[in-house]
Amino acid sequence: MEILIPAILTVITAATPLLYAALGELVAEKSGVLNLGVEGMILLGAVCGFAAVYLTGSAAAGIFAGLAGGMALSVVFGVLVLGFQASQVATGLALTIFGIGLSALLGQELVGVAYQGLPKISLPLLSKIPALGPLLFRHDFLVYGSFAMAFAVYWFLARSRAGLVLRAVGDSHDAAHAMGYPVVRIRFAAVLFGGGMAGLAGAYLSLAYSPLWIENMSAGRGWIALALVVFATWRPWRVFIGAYLFGGITILQLHAQVLGVGVPAQVMSMLPYLATIAVLVLISRDRNKIKLNAPACIGKPFHPAA
Amino acid sequence: MLQLVKRPQPSKAMTYLSPLLALAITLCAGVVMFQAMGVSPGRALHAFFAAPLASKYGWAELGVKATPLVLIGVALSIGFRAGVWNIGAEGQLTFGAICGGGIALWLHRAETGWVLPLVLLCGALGGMAWAAIPAFLRTKFNTNEILTSLMLTYVAILVLSLLVHGPWRDPGGYNFPESRDFSESATLPIILAGTRLHLGWLLALAMVGATWALLARTLVGFQVKVIGQAPAAGRHAGFSLNRMVWFCFMFAGGAAGLAGIIEVSGPIGQLQPSISPGYGFTAIIVAFLGRLHPLGVLFAGLLLALSYLGGEAAQILLGLPLAVTGVFQGMLLFFLLACDVLIHYRIRPRRRMSSAAA
Amino acid sequence: MKHQNLFRAAAQAAVGAVVGLSLGLTAISASAAEVDNVGFVYVGPVGDHGWTYAHDVARKKLERELGVKTTYVENVPEGADAERVIRQLAASGSDIIFTTSFGYMDPTLKIAKQFPDVRFEHATGYKRAYNVSTYSARFYEGRAVLGTIAGMMSKSGKAGYIASFPIPEVVRGINAFTLAMRKVNPNAEVRVIWVNSWFDPGKEGDAAKALIDQGIDVITQHTDSPAPLQVAQERGVYAFGQASDMRTFAPDAQLTAVVNNWGDYYVERVKALQNDSWRSQDTWDGIGPGMVRIAPYGDAVPAKVRAVADVIAQNIANGAVHPFAGPFKSGDGKHSVKRGEVLDDETLLGMNWYVEGVQGGQ
Repeated sequence: MEILIPAILTVITAATPLLYAALGELVAEKSGVLNLGVEGMILLGAVCGFAAVYLTGSAAAGIFAGLAGGMALSVVFGVLVLGFQASQVATGLALTIFGIGLSALLGQELVGVAYQGLPKISLPLLSKIPALGPLLFRHDFLVYGSFAMAFAVYWFLARSRAGLVLRAVGDSHDAAHAMGYPVVRIRFAAVLFGGGMAGLAGAYLSLAYSPLWIENMSAGRGWIALALVVFATWRPWRVFIGAYLFGGITILQLHAQVLGVGVPAQVMSMLPYLATIAVLVLISRDRNKIKLNAPACIGKPFHPAA
Repeated sequence: MLQLVKRPQPSKAMTYLSPLLALAITLCAGVVMFQAMGVSPGRALHAFFAAPLASKYGWAELGVKATPLVLIGVALSIGFRAGVWNIGAEGQLTFGAICGGGIALWLHRAETGWVLPLVLLCGALGGMAWAAIPAFLRTKFNTNEILTSLMLTYVAILVLSLLVHGPWRDPGGYNFPESRDFSESATLPIILAGTRLHLGWLLALAMVGATWALLARTLVGFQVKVIGQAPAAGRHAGFSLNRMVWFCFMFAGGAAGLAGIIEVSGPIGQLQPSISPGYGFTAIIVAFLGRLHPLGVLFAGLLLALSYLGGEAAQILLGLPLAVTGVFQGMLLFFLLACDVLIHYRIRPRRRMSSAAA
Repeated sequence: MKHQNLFRAAAQAAVGAVVGLSLGLTAISASAAEVDNVGFVYVGPVGDHGWTYAHDVARKKLERELGVKTTYVENVPEGADAERVIRQLAASGSDIIFTTSFGYMDPTLKIAKQFPDVRFEHATGYKRAYNVSTYSARFYEGRAVLGTIAGMMSKSGKAGYIASFPIPEVVRGINAFTLAMRKVNPNAEVRVIWVNSWFDPGKEGDAAKALIDQGIDVITQHTDSPAPLQVAQERGVYAFGQASDMRTFAPDAQLTAVVNNWGDYYVERVKALQNDSWRSQDTWDGIGPGMVRIAPYGDAVPAKVRAVADVIAQNIANGAVHPFAGPFKSGDGKHSVKRGEVLDDETLLGMNWYVEGVQGGQ
């Protein structure tokens, strides 16, 4: 038990950036836009967030700058894909190349700078509850934010009218257009949201997870986030489970190594990937359920008939 | 403000003009960017586009760098046309290198002519075997191939790491993580003396030709096009979607596996932990940049390869950090992708509010 | 501690003709003593704050002290691309080229053959030619000092080791650390976590947390980023910096750091080229010549510990103590080194077994 609570806390930090980025991508994909540039947006969010804290000393400025950095890059994506009808897959991958380069360029002076990390906010009274207190009520702002965001995205997509419209746009842009909804604007907003969330994921990496800036520090988490949206079969609460499952197994295998299991480390490192595949296979056996959730127009360009 | 108007038919002229227009815009943007950074734009653009091709060796290197990109890109384009999302070509490349490389190591004493064909064949089969997993899961359990193929990429790289850190180490190599060098008979022949251009480049070109023939001349190619454009029509015509999934994965997996074994039995010459700087992922851009057309993919592969060589030249000749290359490369890709809009649309001044322009 | 042709015989068997050439140690008949340009090939970005960063710090020192022009290419994959980059550097006027990662070994030798007038320096490899030298640092000497400090500072007697890949370089470091720690505390135990990456700040930090959660109170690492030190700082345990002094990231937690100091070597080699005395050689230097440095101690290290660590470092530097002096044996009992025996360099170079006290060796 003594080990369990700190281990779960580690899982929370490992899962939080995945959760942010995957939630953002989920909303973008639900509107029918596939943005493979998550990795690039995370990195730009990370460098902007860290630079802002370095320049102003304010954690709030860092979080805001991370959000803005990711969003700024998603504007490029939105203009190209929605304005110029460019291929979504190719533009997303180009966005990653661009984001890796741009973040490295911006961050040249930040390598070697230290930051003590986002302040932890202990909720009064609640954080005193044994076991549950430290587990749930002693985190930094972005961790609370990720819980809230998971719920908000769930509520938005499942319960709100705007979410219904967004889903309609993603499922049939022609029908949505015919009903008078501004398809492109809605998609642009979804893309911006995706960029902002990826930016927050980046800010979490450079301000809380490991508070420093190093080139390419996201180390492939953007790709995992993309996979988690698929894993979740486009459901927010499953994104939550997926992020924690992936983070959890990653941490579990590290603990298993400390205890000594006698299995090659490479095999241990495979576990999160294999487990994700296995769980998805189990989930997907029911064909109809998945089809109902996948946005039908994903990746398809939209242009209103003249 | 400007507005996009759909052309009644795709413009033939723009099909060829749009990449040129994009290059022109890239050059202009490059001038502005390098000027702003205090680097001579003329020298910078020269480094990116001209310096790498100033010699026979440079041209040969372009072929070496483009080989895996074209080989995989052209094969992936079939799947993307048919709506099969194999984004794990990097893993299939790695597993191809493992299988073909394993045979090469096993036969390192054999000095006969059939070793190389066997090694290449096993490379392709290895890629197909790795691609068979997502294909099987998709067709049998309806598991989304984007996730499975991506996750299997990480697994394949770890398998390679396990082998070269362990049982496949060079016995005379002080336990460093690399295999023994492949024998002469398992190494790809050089086709241009004094350079590194190897047989793999010809295989990549052959692949372009084969894919073109497949799309233009065969029933399978016809099915790919139909299913891609109208899945419902495909079902009506009695095309099996499952068969299509299998075909696309085997085709791309085989090509990626071949690309992997070509890298290790060609320019690398042994198995080691890192054999590809993400060719399997870059090939996805190459496929779309080439508009999923075999010839287009060939040109896109060459252009992207040139941009990598140019990035190295810019570092060597001008001392520009790699980050600048990434930014410049990104810009080039953005313009190329954006200009393709002119094939299907005209741009005219906006008359009234429309939701088309962002 | 220069070891000219360290393990000549064995390497010759392995490399054959290439090393055969180096036996003559013929200097290249260089007429021009002028060095116009020095080339560097880096495996990571200069902003990795680890291995490549340390080489780049040294490159800047070289520019500063000798006024020579340098050129670097960063993030060069250890595959087909390396050969082209090294060739381009050679063809575009570099007089001497430092290739700073093990995976560049064969490409370096291949290009060296094509450019006989250019000198090459390959880091951490074992193949040489008449115009190719090799160099590496005896980081394990530094790690023995860390192990000594860890042994004296750890209350639990358990240290954590965050490792990248099971290559001899890393294995050697783990063993040196463990042997030194157990000399101070015979019951000490070192637990290893492999993260299968040189570079993933998040995962390195997670590994540090997992170690600390399991009761470990001193951690050290053979991965590049300062993330584990930050975790140590936050959790109030001790840690050691890697490749450079990482005190800014963990002012209280960092006890000291093993600092990679390539700068002096680079200056020395380029100077040698300038005054025409450059020869192909193998350099494997440690604390003595200053290629491995021990960073200033943190405030948490008491005077008594400092004194012991200083003595150990000094004795290693002047050769009185060898980190791999017997008696000790491997964890599986298959290897043992008797009292009075010292592991030779060739065994160290290819080390792939773990000494007693290491848990989690591969």
